[in-house]
Amino acid sequence: MTAGMVIIGGGECGARAAFALRENGYAGSVTLIGAEKHLPYERPPLSKDTMISPEHPLARTIAGEDRFAEQDIRFVAGTTAIGIDREAKNVILAGDNRLAYDRLLLATGAVPRPLPLAAASRHCACLRSYDDALAIRAQLQPGARIVIVGGGFIGLELAASARQRGAVVTVLETQARILMRGVPEEIAAVIAARHRQEGVLIRCGVAIAAITDKDIGVTITLADGEKLEADLAVIGIGALPVTALAEAAGLETANGILVNAHLQTSDPDIFAAGDCCAFPLALYDGRQVRLEAWRNAQEQGTLAARNMLGLCEPHLAVPWFWSDQYELGLQVAGLADEGARTIRRDLGDGAFILFHLAADGRLVAASGIGPGSSVARDIRLAEMLIARSACPDQAHLAAPDIKLKSLLAA
Amino acid sequence: MSDWIEACTADDIDEEDVMRFDHAGRTFAIYRSPDDEFFATDGLCTHEHVHLADGLVMDDIIECPKHNGRFSYKTGQAKGAPVCVNLKTYPVKVEAGKVLIQLAS
Ligand SMILES: Cc1cc2nc3c(=O)[nH]c(=O)nc-3n(C[C@H](O)[C@H](O)[C@H](O)COP(=O)(O)OP(=O)(O)OC[C@H]3O[C@@H](n4cnc5c(N)ncnc54)[C@H](O)[C@@H]3O)c2cc1C
Ligand code: FES
Repeated sequence: MTAGMVIIGGGECGARAAFALRENGYAGSVTLIGAEKHLPYERPPLSKDTMISPEHPLARTIAGEDRFAEQDIRFVAGTTAIGIDREAKNVILAGDNRLAYDRLLLATGAVPRPLPLAAASRHCACLRSYDDALAIRAQLQPGARIVIVGGGFIGLELAASARQRGAVVTVLETQARILMRGVPEEIAAVIAARHRQEGVLIRCGVAIAAITDKDIGVTITLADGEKLEADLAVIGIGALPVTALAEAAGLETANGILVNAHLQTSDPDIFAAGDCCAFPLALYDGRQVRLEAWRNAQEQGTLAARNMLGLCEPHLAVPWFWSDQYELGLQVAGLADEGARTIRRDLGDGAFILFHLAADGRLVAASGIGPGSSVARDIRLAEMLIARSACPDQAHLAAPDIKLKSLLAA
Repeated sequence: MSDWIEACTADDIDEEDVMRFDHAGRTFAIYRSPDDEFFATDGLCTHEHVHLADGLVMDDIIECPKHNGRFSYKTGQAKGAPVCVNLKTYPVKVEAGKVLIQLAS
């Protein structure tokens, strides 16, 4: 092998993979191609600290230029890969510049799902990149009217940040409640109550009929004819995997670039990882999933690098994510919808954990919410129990004085 | 010169566990290892300044409660993404059941 390793997508996953190639002793050339002009940076702060920090927020980079140089990783910023020639094993860049690869990793991530009604509006924004965040932040002035379309994580985190900056915030959700995807109702209710306490108006079960720009601001017309006036609308209705490149190259896709447990696509020399890929979760009988979570992007980037070097290891990690809103910290390990039964454990201070058990008693997920890091330790221990397909005693799970660590030893 | 400060009693911390200790406007984490030795580090994660005492101790590792960054609490070494800056450590001794940490003055 002489052409080297090429990674398309300079986000969390691609950057991790580049460094992991070196950590695993690879000495050939490593090239990371990123469409954004910035060094790879962490996205989670964009809806949180970036919005509320009093000073001008810098992007929190994953590694500085010095580390790229020291590790001899070539980072090509502001460059979009426009094609893959699988026969010649070339990545095609603008101007028909070609880059040969031995193994290729697609870490192209996801983009906000567009709302067609908002396509023509100059007062609607989405939040995915640092540049998006700066543009939204500039409008979060005290008294500014912000309508957030979509009661998912990014919308709700932004709602919390906007409130903290004194904006007047309304969240519109078409479903019957916020956080329908991946979060149990009991926990969504705590989050909704916290937002209401801060004065955020959350309206569920509403549909939007039209979005019309005015000279200043925008009018959002609901299906029943009611009109809402806003200075800015932020659309947060989910994300779509970036698969166009893979599709054009004839790789299999289905809600993401399809990969096997080794993160290999239908072309054995091309891997995909992070938000862009759909992969089988061994933990749940090979159920095909696509995750949009930061730790997954790291873990898969690292694993893809190892497998590009021929290690052939399966992805076994338990899905995990967190969200921060106001002082509340939410963490979920596993996929809560795999559960048939729920056991609640109260940790004091309003913090609690829901353990989700399958019909056969296996612990399949745990969701927790509470101030700060109050649920973190128990969620982490639950994650280890989930990884082992443990069937913990339900009475023990419910009893906060019984340490979860002791169940792990059992 | 440096001072030894009493942080807690040995019984305050279980084996393979951690406790927060605040002193003079600073915050520390005191650890008791599975083989019953005591250690001390700065109290906040070097990634986002979260209290490490809410995290999980496993062998000689403290895992940050926020994003699972890992450090050796014996050496302070950061063990990989997302943490890349090491933790500062402090000498510890146990005398008459009291855990003392030495803060450089
Ligand atoms: C505002 C926000 C808050 C979040 N908060 C949390 C949180 O609290 N907890 C959590 O677990 N997760 C959170 N996430 C999710 C997490 O950030 C993502 O899961 C993670 O960024 C995925 O990493 P990735 O590298 O797969 O994709 P991305 O980070 O999307 O990176 C993909 C990169 O590839 C580039 N690219 C795409 N196509 C090409 C091409 N053809 N050529 C060159 N470059 C290309 C893109 O420009 C992009 O920079 C948040 C995400 C956002 C946007
Ligand atoms: S705050 Fe500790 S790992 Fe992020």
